[in-house]
Amino acid sequence: MNLEEARRRVREQRDGSALLEVVPYAAYLGLRIESVDSSAPVLKLPFRPSLIGNSSLPALHGGVVAAFAETAAMLHLLLVLDEQRVPKSVDFSIDYLRSAHAEDSYASCSVERLGRRVAQVQVRCWQSDPARPVAVARAHFLLAAPDGEAAPADA
Amino acid sequence: MSAQIFYDALRKGFGPSVPHSRDLGIELTRIDGEGAEGRLPYRPEFLGDTERGLIHTGVVTTLIDSLCGVALLAHIGCPARVATLDLRVDYLRPSRPGPDLRCRAECYRLTGQIAFLRASVWQEDPAAPVAAALAAFMRTGHGAHKAGLEGVLR
Repeated sequence: MNLEEARRRVREQRDGSALLEVVPYAAYLGLRIESVDSSAPVLKLPFRPSLIGNSSLPALHGGVVAAFAETAAMLHLLLVLDEQRVPKSVDFSIDYLRSAHAEDSYASCSVERLGRRVAQVQVRCWQSDPARPVAVARAHFLLAAPDGEAAPADA
Repeated sequence: MSAQIFYDALRKGFGPSVPHSRDLGIELTRIDGEGAEGRLPYRPEFLGDTERGLIHTGVVTTLIDSLCGVALLAHIGCPARVATLDLRVDYLRPSRPGPDLRCRAECYRLTGQIAFLRASVWQEDPAAPVAAALAAFMRTGHGAHKAGLEGVLR
């Protein structure tokens, strides 16, 4: 399935799984698109024991929280923009605010800057209480270059 | 506990006490007071972009977070409770399917409460890294000597 077809299925049929098929790692994590509202999508990471990083607390792996935030930002861009290719990560930064427990996690994103080639996305992750985020993150993505222009990060 | 015995315990405890690192397939290849190294063999489910054939950067970030935790404990040299405060990653090159992802992390400043780490990830050539990262960790709580290995890795 191509990106355009996947996005159409998400938007018209409210079928969040379509977009996950084009990003295998999102499916590996078990990520779901909880709300497909294209203005404010909510991403969900259902808890699974394999996501644990510390079995004595237990707590989610810090890397899982980061990867969830990063994937949420990327899927957010795919949902709200009409990109023809998956945006490329340029950099990513996360602040861990609280320990992430062995329970479901959620993320919502906002695009704070949308240039011709680069987008800046803010991510907020929470678990049971949206008012008590477990992490906040930000990322820059390189968007598909306009026709005839090489993307700088194409190595 | 001698340093070497602790490094061996870290290596042995890493799989059982860190389920997600085991699930991904992260292997520790070297641990000493200077840092930690590990590798992650490629799997098709790591792809983030099937059209271009690129590994998702979340895989790289998770590898970095894992190795930073191990490098910090090795640097401290005994069981301790630590938590990641923040992590920043620059994705310098795309990660391609096939070769292992390799990571080296080191603690370059440790205070009583805070630790600063840096990490690098590459595939075939350490001089051509796919990612560079900086992280800050916090030592959480005292009585760390009582924390079993179960409690030392996050």
